[in-house]
Amino acid sequence: MVTLVLPRLAARAEQRFQRAAAVTGRNVTAARHFGYWWVLVSGFFEPVLYLLSIGVGVGALIKSFTLPDGRVIPYAAFVAPAMLAASAMNGALAETTMNFFGKMKYLRLYDGVLATPVKPFEIALGELMWALVRGSIYSVAFLGLMVAMGLTSAGWALVALPATVIVGLAFGGMGMAIATYVRSWQDFDYIMVVQFALFLFSGTFAPAGSYPLVMQIVVQLTPLYHGVELLRGLTTGVLGWGLLGHTAYLIAFASIGLAIASRRMAVLLYK
Amino acid sequence: MVLRKSLADLSYPRVRVLDVSAAEPLIAAHGLVKRFGDFTAVAGIDVDVRAGEAFGFLGPNGAGKSSTMRMIGCVSAPSGGTLRILGMDPVRDGPAIRARLGVCPQQDSLDQDITVRENLTVYARYFGISRRQARQRADELLEFVQLTERANDKVEPLSGGMKRRLTIARALVNDPAIVLLDEPTTGLDPQARHLVWERLFQLKQRGVTLVLTTHYMDEAEQLCDRLVVMDGGRIGAEGSPRQLIERYATREVVELRFSDATLDSYLGKLEGIGERLELLPDRILLYADDGDLAVAAVHERQLRPSSVLVRRSTLEDVFLHLTGRTLVD
Repeated sequence: MVTLVLPRLAARAEQRFQRAAAVTGRNVTAARHFGYWWVLVSGFFEPVLYLLSIGVGVGALIKSFTLPDGRVIPYAAFVAPAMLAASAMNGALAETTMNFFGKMKYLRLYDGVLATPVKPFEIALGELMWALVRGSIYSVAFLGLMVAMGLTSAGWALVALPATVIVGLAFGGMGMAIATYVRSWQDFDYIMVVQFALFLFSGTFAPAGSYPLVMQIVVQLTPLYHGVELLRGLTTGVLGWGLLGHTAYLIAFASIGLAIASRRMAVLLYK
Repeated sequence: MVLRKSLADLSYPRVRVLDVSAAEPLIAAHGLVKRFGDFTAVAGIDVDVRAGEAFGFLGPNGAGKSSTMRMIGCVSAPSGGTLRILGMDPVRDGPAIRARLGVCPQQDSLDQDITVRENLTVYARYFGISRRQARQRADELLEFVQLTERANDKVEPLSGGMKRRLTIARALVNDPAIVLLDEPTTGLDPQARHLVWERLFQLKQRGVTLVLTTHYMDEAEQLCDRLVVMDGGRIGAEGSPRQLIERYATREVVELRFSDATLDSYLGKLEGIGERLELLPDRILLYADDGDLAVAAVHERQLRPSSVLVRRSTLEDVFLHLTGRTLVD
């Protein structure tokens, strides 16, 4: 039984992946054209500016920060992994909310794609993979900067890189789901507000433990907090079972987002 | 089994074996219905399209043509009736059917961010065609639709006719068994239309099954072996262009114009000449098998039309007769 079903499942999964990769391939082709790279570059500088202004600037006032295991690190080393997580979030959301919405509603790109064997789930997956490619470019650059500034070691940076992909996955999946509910460009203002609130209050600039209890609970329900905690644990080298919990949360978040996105796309496009 | 001619400029397989027998239609719809909420776009139509034929849906705007095309294209689930395409069920086997369809939608959905050639190579990848094959296919198709010189340009500066040709090329990238064309020449200037027709005619000769919608009578007459006239979601008539003209119009039509404003007063005076009279805002149409005889009869009654035109009747006469003279927008 298993020997009959497994190869068929594997073949189907491979076909799905190939179709999703074709959707990603379209974006790679489009990115080869000049204009896109400016958008990409601008996305990199935002977290760098925050790191320099707050991490280094405010860090000059705070000087040092004591980790749960008693080690003392510079404040910039505390803020940097949070900026890394925020950068993964911003990269994934930029691609999956604005760009995805534009492709679906204004360029009507997927109308053409759906006339082929490619299905909505495969489009969603392909776009998500592209968002991860873009996000990973930011992450590599930012981790490189952290190593250069002595905020983490090269070894931990390598371990943190796949974790940034998981953060991107979570926000990419959910971003796409949200984009299918967006009615017009004005709605993106709401997304921006939420995104900025997450950026400020996810244990980014101060440990979440220092917030009032109610806020601590709220913060622990939101995704960026788990991304920040996961990356901070890895770049500062403080390991614990909690990191697995954060990872599981992020993967669940991504799966739910992807499922909602592909179902909503089918409703919107298969009229 | 369908034999298909291979042309030097396109590498089609010499023999194409379809997994449906020649007797079974490629598209079979029975009592097909499409509803959007309370609105019924398609109200139960029966259509059979056979391999190798060019089949047309003719009708005014809002007749249900595009909804029918979307159901055949497996991007819109039927609300009722049965539909089988290439012997498969469009709801269950959507991807397998779409793999063998070529779709040229009413509104060009070309990719503005990439070049003309990339529009074809990227699209080929959605069908699982290898990169190498995709490049080769793109070059052949660009040649076919005369866009080779624009291969590396972006889509935006292209003219409407060029964009439509590119969309047609894109619809052919997977060497489809059926090509669906939704109003392929709407909005194009006369030269562009003729170039598109020429290409579609070549496809037809090659044995590709074409299904198209149009509200241009000349297009239907030029391209379709068989067509149905749709109105209000229903099929009003079915047949070859010639059959429809014979059935719903006379052999010839006389167009009469009179200089004085009260055209309708002439209706009574013309009564009895020809088989049927039709009053238009600016002229009266007189349907007769022999136009010259009818004109002679008009003159015998001492009527002095300001202009007389005798012409062969066209599908337009059939269409206007069947769908009424009111304009639908």
